[in-house]
Amino acid sequence: MFSKDEGQTSMIKIQKLIHDYIKRDDEGNAAGTQRAVDGVDLDVKAGQFIAVLGHNGSGKSTLAKHLNALLFPTEGTVWVDGLDTKDEKNLWEIRREAGMVFQNPDNQIIAQVVEEDVGFGPENIGVPTEEIWQRVEYSLKTVGMWEHRKKSPNRLSGGQKQRVSIAGVIAMEPKCIILDEPTAMLDPNGRREVISAAMKLNRTKGITVILITHYMEEAINADRIIVMDRGKVAMQGTPREIFSQVDRMKELQLDVPQVTLLAHELRGMGLKIPDSILTKEELAAALLDGQTGQNIDPGEDCAKKEAAHGYQD
Amino acid sequence: MFDSITLGQYYQTDSLLHRLDPRVKLVGTFVYLISLFVVDSFAGYLLAGLFLAVMIMLSNVPFRYIVRGMKTIVFLLLITVVFNLFLTPGEVIWQAGIFKITREGLTFAVKMAVRLSLLILGSSIMTLTTTPTQLTDALESLLRPLKKVHVPVHEIAMMMSIALRFIPILMEETDKIMKAQIARGADFESKNIIKKIKSMVPLLVPLFISAFRRANDLAMAMEARCYRGGEGRTKMKPLVYHGRDHVAYMVLLAFFVICILTRIFF
Amino acid sequence: MGIRIDDISFEYERGTAMQVTALDHISAEIPDNQFIGLIGHTGSGKSTFVQTLNGLLKPTSGHIYYNGEDINGENFDKKKLRSDVGLVFQYPEHQLFEIDVLTDVMFGPKNLGLSDEEAKKRALEALESVHMPEKYYKSSPFDLSGGQKRRAAIAGVLAMRPKILILDEPTAGLDPKGRDSILGMISDMKKRLNMTIILVSHSMDDVARYVDRIMVMGGGKLLYDDEPVKVFRHVQELESLGLAAPQITYIMKLLKEKGLDVSTDALTVEEAAAEIMAHRRELHV
Repeated sequence: MFSKDEGQTSMIKIQKLIHDYIKRDDEGNAAGTQRAVDGVDLDVKAGQFIAVLGHNGSGKSTLAKHLNALLFPTEGTVWVDGLDTKDEKNLWEIRREAGMVFQNPDNQIIAQVVEEDVGFGPENIGVPTEEIWQRVEYSLKTVGMWEHRKKSPNRLSGGQKQRVSIAGVIAMEPKCIILDEPTAMLDPNGRREVISAAMKLNRTKGITVILITHYMEEAINADRIIVMDRGKVAMQGTPREIFSQVDRMKELQLDVPQVTLLAHELRGMGLKIPDSILTKEELAAALLDGQTGQNIDPGEDCAKKEAAHGYQD
Repeated sequence: MFDSITLGQYYQTDSLLHRLDPRVKLVGTFVYLISLFVVDSFAGYLLAGLFLAVMIMLSNVPFRYIVRGMKTIVFLLLITVVFNLFLTPGEVIWQAGIFKITREGLTFAVKMAVRLSLLILGSSIMTLTTTPTQLTDALESLLRPLKKVHVPVHEIAMMMSIALRFIPILMEETDKIMKAQIARGADFESKNIIKKIKSMVPLLVPLFISAFRRANDLAMAMEARCYRGGEGRTKMKPLVYHGRDHVAYMVLLAFFVICILTRIFF
Repeated sequence: MGIRIDDISFEYERGTAMQVTALDHISAEIPDNQFIGLIGHTGSGKSTFVQTLNGLLKPTSGHIYYNGEDINGENFDKKKLRSDVGLVFQYPEHQLFEIDVLTDVMFGPKNLGLSDEEAKKRALEALESVHMPEKYYKSSPFDLSGGQKRRAAIAGVLAMRPKILILDEPTAGLDPKGRDSILGMISDMKKRLNMTIILVSHSMDDVARYVDRIMVMGGGKLLYDDEPVKVFRHVQELESLGLAAPQITYIMKLLKEKGLDVSTDALTVEEAAAEIMAHRRELHV
C-alpha cells in the first residue's frame, strides 16, 4: 500500500499553461489561432489518481499531450517530475517517465506480436535484451495479458488491445501514466478491463494515473476530479464534491452518476437526503434512515473505504 | 473477402526450419532461386527437387497446406506452359491446324513448369516457416552494410514491418467502407469501365483519409514511447547465429557447388 | 408489413477449420413503425444480423421476407431494398467523401436514379431531420466536429427515405452531450417520420428510455425479445452475457433488497424518483 499524504513531491506541476493551435488556410499559411488551453494551473502529487472530465473540445486532450511533451506550451510552464517540458534535453526522460495511452486501440500498437509491442518502448530507450524480456513479462502479467503474449494484436478485443498498450507503457517503468480517453471506443466489458488495470497500477504500484474520460462512472474512484471547460479548469475537487453539484455539471454538458442524479431529483421533490450520494448503498442508507428517523452520515461508508486505501484528504 | 490468399502465409509449428535464423533462410532462398537458373539438366532439376523435398519434410508444414496455397497460381503456370509449348519454333513433332508442338517447345515447357514450381515452392517454404517480423529483422541485418552508403536500412525495415501490421486492418476497413457505400446504393459491380473508376471514389477517399489518420496517430504513439530512429536502440529479439545455422550455411554451400558441377558435367 | 425473419443462420468461413457461427437459427418480425433496441456485446452476432436485413450478407440458411417477398430470391430488387432498409454503420462518419455536406448526403438518392433536383430536395429534408445547422451545408464534411460529422452521415442514409432505419452504435465515441443529442434526434425522427428504427447498442442505459421493444443477442442466438421492463427483470442472465441492466434497475433492486418495497421496473431517473415518492406517501398514509 502506498500512502498518499499531502506534501509529497509534485509529479506534475503546471503553471499558467496556454496552448494555441495555429489555423491554416488552403495554402498552408497561418490564418489565426485557436486557444485550446487557456491558463491552466495544476499540481498533481506523486501516487494520485486524477480524473480529467470535460466534453469534446474542452481542451482536455490538448492538456494531456503537454504532460508527455508531445505538445509544448505557447505560454506558461509544465514540469513533469521537476523537469521542464520546454527544455529539449529533458524530452526523452519526460516521455519515459510519463507514459501515454491513446484512444484508438488499433493505432498505437506497432508490432505484429503482443510481446514485441510491449518490448518496443524499452528497445527505444536502449534497455539490454535480457532486461527487456524481464520487463515484458512483468508488464504483461500486471495487466493480465501474459497468456496472450504470442498473439497477433489483430486477434485481440478492444479492451485487450488497450491493456497491451498499458503494458507497453509499464515496460518503460514510468512514474506516471496518462490515459487519453482509453475507453471511448470500447464496449462495457472492455471499459471495465481497462479501468481496473489502471486502478490496480495506481493502488498497488503507486504509479500516478491521470485518466481523461467522459464516462462519469470511471471517475468515481479518483482521488481528485478536474473538470475542463473551454480550455480552463472549471471545477476541481473530490468526486463527492464534484458530483454533488448536479446543476453545474449539466451546465458543463457533463453527466453525473445516475444514483447521484436520482438523489438530486428526490431532494428536489422535498426528501431530506444529502446531496453528495455516490453509490446506491449510500442512497439506500439515506432513504432507510429517513424512514426510521435516525441520522447516519452518508459519507461514512466511503470514508471507511478511503481509509482502507491509505487515503487521507 | 480477402481471406482466401493463403499462398506462403506463416504456418505456426515447431521445426528445424522454424528455428533456423531468418538470415539463413533468406540467404538460402536466394541461393536456391539462383541455383534453379544455374542447373539446366534433368539431373540438376532432380537434385533441386530432392533438396526441396527434404526442406519440406524438415519444415513440418503439412504438404496439403503447401499445395493448397499453390492452387492460386496454377492458372498462371498453365498459361506459361501453353505459350512455351505452342510458340517455340523448332522440329515439329505434332501438328493440328495452326497449332504445332516442337521438340524444343516440349522440352522448354516442361523445364519451365518444373523451374517455376520449384521457385514458388522454394520461396513459400521460407515464408511458411518465418514470420514477417523475422523477415524484416533479417533484411535489416543483412542490409546493414548499406548504411555506410546512407541507405536508411532501419527505417525501411520499420516501414515494412508497420505496413505488414496495418494491411489486415486496412483490408477490413475497405470491406466496411464498401458495405457502407453499398448500403447507400453505391454500385461496385458495374461492367462499364468509366463507371467502375468513378465508383471507386467513395471507397478510396475515405480509405485514404483513414490511412492518414492512422499514420498520424501511430507516429504520435511511437514518439510518446521514445522512438527516435535506429540510433541507440537495443533489440528484444536480437538475431544470433547458433551451431545449426553454421551447419545450414555449409549445407547451402555444398548444394550450390553441386548445382554448378551438374551444370558442367551434365 | 415490414420484415419477417424465418429461421436464419450465418456462418463465417463455412467449411473451413475457422468456421464461426455468427447467427444461430433466428426468427423474428420487424413490423412497421416500431422503435426497437438490439442489444448484445461485441461478437454476439448483432452486427451480422443487421447486415442480413438489407441483403449485405446472405444467410447460410433460412429466409428473410420483406413485405412478403424473399429478399434473397432471384428477381428481388436489392437496390430498392437497400433504400427501404437503411443501414447506418458504426462510426458512419468514416464513409463521408464528398466535397461538401450537401453533395455527400445527395450521394444515396442519386444512386437511386433520382434527378439532381429531387436528390437535393431529399438531402435538404434529411439534413433538417438530423438538425444540421444550415451554415454547414456547404462546408467540407471533414471540417465538422465529431458529432456533426455523424449527423451528416446519418442524413446520408436518411435521404434515401428508408422505411426501416438501422443504426449500429450511433453514439460510439461521443461525449455525454453528443450522445444525448444524437439519441434525442433519433427519437424525434422516429416520431415525425413514423418509421421503424432499430437501435443497435451495448448500452442498456442508452436504449432503455427510448425503445418499445428490446431484442437481446448472445452467442448468435436471439435470447430475449420483449418489452424493456420485462427484459430487465432478467438482470442475472443479462450479466452472465456480459451485459448490464440500466443503472436505475440496480439501484431499485438494492432498495428493494434493503426493505424498501418499491417496484424495480423503473427505467429512468424520473420514473425511479416518482416510484420512491409514491412509496413514501403510501407509508405516511
